[in-house]
Amino acid sequence: MSLLEIRNLHVAIGGGEILKGIDLRVNPGEVHSIMGPNGSGKSTLAQVLSRREAYKVTEGEVRFNGKDLLAMKPEEAACEGVFMAFQYPVEIPGIGNTYFLRSALNAIRKYHGDDEVDAIDFLPMFREKLRFLEMDEKLMNRSVNEGFSGGEKKRNEILQMAVLEPKLAILDETDSGLDIDALRVVAKGVNAMRSPDRAMLVVTHYQRLLNHIVPDFVHVLVDGRIVRSGGPNLALELEEKGYGWIEGEARQAVPVSGY
Amino acid sequence: MTTAIQYVGTYLERFTEFQSRTRVEHLPWLHRLREDAFARFCATGFPTTHDEDWRFTNVAAIARTQFVLPPIGAVQISGADLQPWRMEEAAVELVFIDGQFAPELSMLDNARRSTFVSGLEETLVKHPEQLEPHLGRYLGIRRDPFSALNTAFAADGAFVHVGRGAILEKPIHLLFVSRAYAVPTMIHPRNLLLFEEESQATVIEEYVSLGSSTMLCNSATELIAGDSATASHYMIEREHTEAFNISTLRIQQHRSANVASHSLLLGGGLVRNNVHPVLAGEGGECLINGLFIGDGGQHLDNYMYVEHASPHCSSRQFYNGILDGRAHGVFHGRIVVHKAAQKTDAKQTNRNLLLSDDAQIDTKPQLEIYADDVKCTHGATIGQIDPDALFYLQSRGIDEMSARRILLLAFSGECLERMKPGPARDHAERLIRGHLLSVASRSPGQNDVSHGEPVTERSWEEVG
Repeated sequence: MSLLEIRNLHVAIGGGEILKGIDLRVNPGEVHSIMGPNGSGKSTLAQVLSRREAYKVTEGEVRFNGKDLLAMKPEEAACEGVFMAFQYPVEIPGIGNTYFLRSALNAIRKYHGDDEVDAIDFLPMFREKLRFLEMDEKLMNRSVNEGFSGGEKKRNEILQMAVLEPKLAILDETDSGLDIDALRVVAKGVNAMRSPDRAMLVVTHYQRLLNHIVPDFVHVLVDGRIVRSGGPNLALELEEKGYGWIEGEARQAVPVSGY
Repeated sequence: MTTAIQYVGTYLERFTEFQSRTRVEHLPWLHRLREDAFARFCATGFPTTHDEDWRFTNVAAIARTQFVLPPIGAVQISGADLQPWRMEEAAVELVFIDGQFAPELSMLDNARRSTFVSGLEETLVKHPEQLEPHLGRYLGIRRDPFSALNTAFAADGAFVHVGRGAILEKPIHLLFVSRAYAVPTMIHPRNLLLFEEESQATVIEEYVSLGSSTMLCNSATELIAGDSATASHYMIEREHTEAFNISTLRIQQHRSANVASHSLLLGGGLVRNNVHPVLAGEGGECLINGLFIGDGGQHLDNYMYVEHASPHCSSRQFYNGILDGRAHGVFHGRIVVHKAAQKTDAKQTNRNLLLSDDAQIDTKPQLEIYADDVKCTHGATIGQIDPDALFYLQSRGIDEMSARRILLLAFSGECLERMKPGPARDHAERLIRGHLLSVASRSPGQNDVSHGEPVTERSWEEVG
């Protein structure tokens, strides 16, 4: 059974159709990259999978671990194991980063009937992950993302992922706005999370990130449809030729779906 | 105005009754103070919405209710009844039942010579000379009819005298408990808080109800902070929603005095909280910090009148409001900088969250500046719970109700952070947490947020 199975997904927002029939299957252990030009629907796909309710599913279905993902609230999807690293992590003044992360971990543990983790047990495992992501411990005493640099925000997302240990990690344009040093640290964090039980969906505009996080599959999204799927080389081809040729091709050809 | 004449007649009867039952006699100065105040009240009557200071708060319901004085005498309340309201960390706890000091329910510790805490009436009987120089000297009966009414009926409350250089680590808790009666009752607690030079203490005024019936609690507190004194004052309103609560805190700050006023309005039906500091000595600092959380049909009015009368003083007003249901909040921040008050640094910020379509906030800054070298800024925002922040929390597994509560706590946290760490702040935090638990659970997830509609936030900021 696939971990994630998307069938003929159509999504609209504000009257306009953004996704026009997506089919995608992701198995545990696989890393898939979704690439595409601006406005192709990449982020919409990520948002729908993390259950942002502003997006209206007009057709199709999504099964996660055999369950109907589209019937879940965002917190249910998270507890079932879906995690999205935000393109623009939200600043939340007044909520400590550590408190937030522990509340999230405990919410998920509670969902699975596990005991909550208290502050004392939480700290050691947390510190280790901080060090690995080369994050300043001081950031943990600050409010969530408040006053963080772009790189710090993205690393904070990866830190959350490392603590929450999802089954499916969706990285929405995690590379945007990162310098090469920050990018390396983020990629190191993501690669450390790769495991046979975990799948990843790496959404990106540029091939750059994929030098560091090498995907098993690359899908090109154009105008709400997956127009081409392939191996990691497809990303290199895109980098070389740009999206123009594939967009042109897409206009003529019947969409290729799946992988 | 016929109605005014009608209620003045009623209040005259009450005033006569009040005078006949007072325990304090042979104090001509007090007699005169009350008579003058009552005359003033009769001359003005209750304010109306035509009065600029009362534009957003209609007290007609108070004017047309015939309040009686609560019965005098033995208090039929046991210590167990009060248990939920007690504050264990307090150094001293004074309990007032229907405005009357109840020594048998209080926890007094006057062993320390440096500080004296007692009931106001008791002090008027035993040591009137301690009160005469201060009582009624600062609270302006001309500015506000409710202050006049309080002064006319002022009988009991707390007298706190923190001696020169005395430092109290633990707070003084003044607990005002009102009981339910078959007829509407009114009480007029009157407190005098005297901080001598270089002293430091925290006083918490807390208003609660036992049972629920129409009542008016019209309190007034004069707080005098001597040179270099550090005073923290908490006003906590937790009465039931049938209560009218009018409170006035008049602060007189001398040279380099540092005063913090924290207001926490959680209960009450119609609430008006006046804070009026006068920075009378050079180098004074005043923080006016507040949080008001309303739902149902609550009306919570925060009125500040900050007077800068000396150079090199700073004042900070920070008020956060959370309004749900049909609640109506008011923030009226008036800053007056007198001609002598050069180098004044005054700041005012009011932030509001409206959780429902029917909740309403009126926020109004008012600056009057007569000095030419000052810094005054003010700003206000009105918004809703940030849907992006809500989604962010939910996407990490936190359910919507808890997420809302966390965000409301964070918004309230801004006010908590301005309180000095210690028992008083812990007490405030406990109350806020408990209160928000009920507010968050009463706001189900069907609000605009989940439909992805754009957040409307209005804000203005000016530097003058």
